[in-house]
Amino acid sequence: MTSYALRRLIIAAPTLFMIVTLSFFMMHLAPGGPFDAEASLEPEVIANLEAAYDLDKPIIVQYGFYLGKVARGDFGPSIIYIDRTVTELLVIGLPVSIKLGLSAMILALAVGGSLGVIAALRRNSLTDYAVMGVAMTGIAVPSFVMAPLMSLLFGVVLKILPVASLEPRGGLAEALPMLAPITPYILPVVALALPQIAILARLTRGAMIETLRQNYIRTARAKGLGQRNVVWTHALKSASLPVISYLGPAAASILTGSVVIEQIFQLPGMGRFFIQGAINRDYPLVLGIVVVYALAVILLNLIVDLMYGLLDPKVKVE
Amino acid sequence: MALLAAQRNAHEALMADAAAIKGRSLWEDAGRRFRANKAAMAGVIVLGLISLCAIVAPSLSPYTIDDLDWMNIGAPPSLENGHWFGTDDTGKDMFVLTWIGARVSLIIGVMTTAVALSIGVIYGATAGYVGGRTDNAMMRFVDVLYALPLLFFIIILVTVFGRNIYLVFLAIGCVEWLTMARIVRGQTLSVKQKEFIEAARASGAGPAAIIGRHVLPNVVGPVIVYVTLLVPTNILVESYLSFLGLGVKEPLTSWGVLISRGANSIESAPWLLLIPATCLAITMFCFNFIGDGLRDALDPKDR
Repeated sequence: MTSYALRRLIIAAPTLFMIVTLSFFMMHLAPGGPFDAEASLEPEVIANLEAAYDLDKPIIVQYGFYLGKVARGDFGPSIIYIDRTVTELLVIGLPVSIKLGLSAMILALAVGGSLGVIAALRRNSLTDYAVMGVAMTGIAVPSFVMAPLMSLLFGVVLKILPVASLEPRGGLAEALPMLAPITPYILPVVALALPQIAILARLTRGAMIETLRQNYIRTARAKGLGQRNVVWTHALKSASLPVISYLGPAAASILTGSVVIEQIFQLPGMGRFFIQGAINRDYPLVLGIVVVYALAVILLNLIVDLMYGLLDPKVKVE
Repeated sequence: MALLAAQRNAHEALMADAAAIKGRSLWEDAGRRFRANKAAMAGVIVLGLISLCAIVAPSLSPYTIDDLDWMNIGAPPSLENGHWFGTDDTGKDMFVLTWIGARVSLIIGVMTTAVALSIGVIYGATAGYVGGRTDNAMMRFVDVLYALPLLFFIIILVTVFGRNIYLVFLAIGCVEWLTMARIVRGQTLSVKQKEFIEAARASGAGPAAIIGRHVLPNVVGPVIVYVTLLVPTNILVESYLSFLGLGVKEPLTSWGVLISRGANSIESAPWLLLIPATCLAITMFCFNFIGDGLRDALDPKDR
């Protein structure tokens, strides 16, 4: 197990290297540069600026410089946010994005998982159809439609939750001051979690139905175990395997989904910095964020695979 | 001459006999199962209607996409003034915009999937057929790409190379082929072991002929299912890009562009968001129902 984890971590290094290389050349080989927008600048000023950011050097030299710096954990200075280094911006953005993503993930697992189990246990009942209908809607209606609708309903019409601000405002914060600090995150987290809730509910339902058909479940029932015991101690563990194997992709889509959600709710997370950076050709900022995201996805996939190995006796992790 | 004609007649008669006693093929079975699936058939019909509207509806309206109706700016849907879906904040007719958007969104969904399909099938079939070390290296490369937050690459590609619609096709397609390659490779690996491939090789067929004539036709099922699920995914990816302001440019529009603009005026003019969003959601429903129906019809395990 440990050696498998180590080997996976070692493979992660060339993966990251490839990611850095690909994104670096993609951004730098394209025509145009970060100072194009400022048409009023004198050519000398642009030359000086480019020299300051090493942009006047041949691309291979820039690439070498960049690799050297990244290896030391230095992502360089940001171009659009003057006087800030990329690392400083990451320190601002990362906690917001992590809070958002992690809460959405937990919410999606809890709600999606339970809905799926309930639907599977009452297969072909009204409950089942209702859950699956909601899940289908969650898949068909993208989060960037749900988010404005929810802001309108809960923020503008009902005035319960704050909209597009980190200030705890609205009815809920006044009624329950205890909850005030989390109120700004409720809508974004729910909007981010909804599509995953839908997918997880469908997945869990399918896996649970499949598991309940197995012979060992029949054995457990024949032994006289109650429904609760059969579901919780016998079925759930095996039914959770397909769900766990989906957690890697789920994490990746939550990461990318949070770009839009941060944009809609004006949260100062990594996604907003990424879009700002990409539009304005802030090479160091975009590269830094891509590296951090890629690292997150790689680590999450590793954790998921290790969990899978621990839970599924059929999988031998070597 | 007469002899030839007689021979041909005899041959045709034989063929007719053969056709009369022909058993049901896998495809006929699948077709029957698919047609029995009400949700999937409803999906096909509604999707057909949406496509039809996308083609003809813009010309049914009294307005064109360039018309700015100064008298009706931000007007709600109404039958009287001919703005059946209302107008946006510049006085453009939403009915025309919605169906032109449908055109662009559907074309993007299909084109990006075509790009992903071509890359994925060629890559996957090659890896699976050649096998061994090449296969290993090729699939390792796919694994590496899988670990990337690919949407970020699409965003980088689109921002860096300009927001050209062909580039959007390519960028999305170049990123979404990975799963396709995995599916095709897996199927190819299992088909490769079959006797008829050995027979083809024994009769002197080259690798290209074997892949094209004998392997690919046998991997079509899972690929079709995945394609019906990839089209809506790609439509969503484009909407997502458009929502961030990185999708198709004026004067073209897409559902994502309309939704993004509608989201800004949701309080004053909710129809600007609701109409394109409903169209998008219905399309997603249709593709998902069709995909599920195809999977049930083509998957021999669950009969």
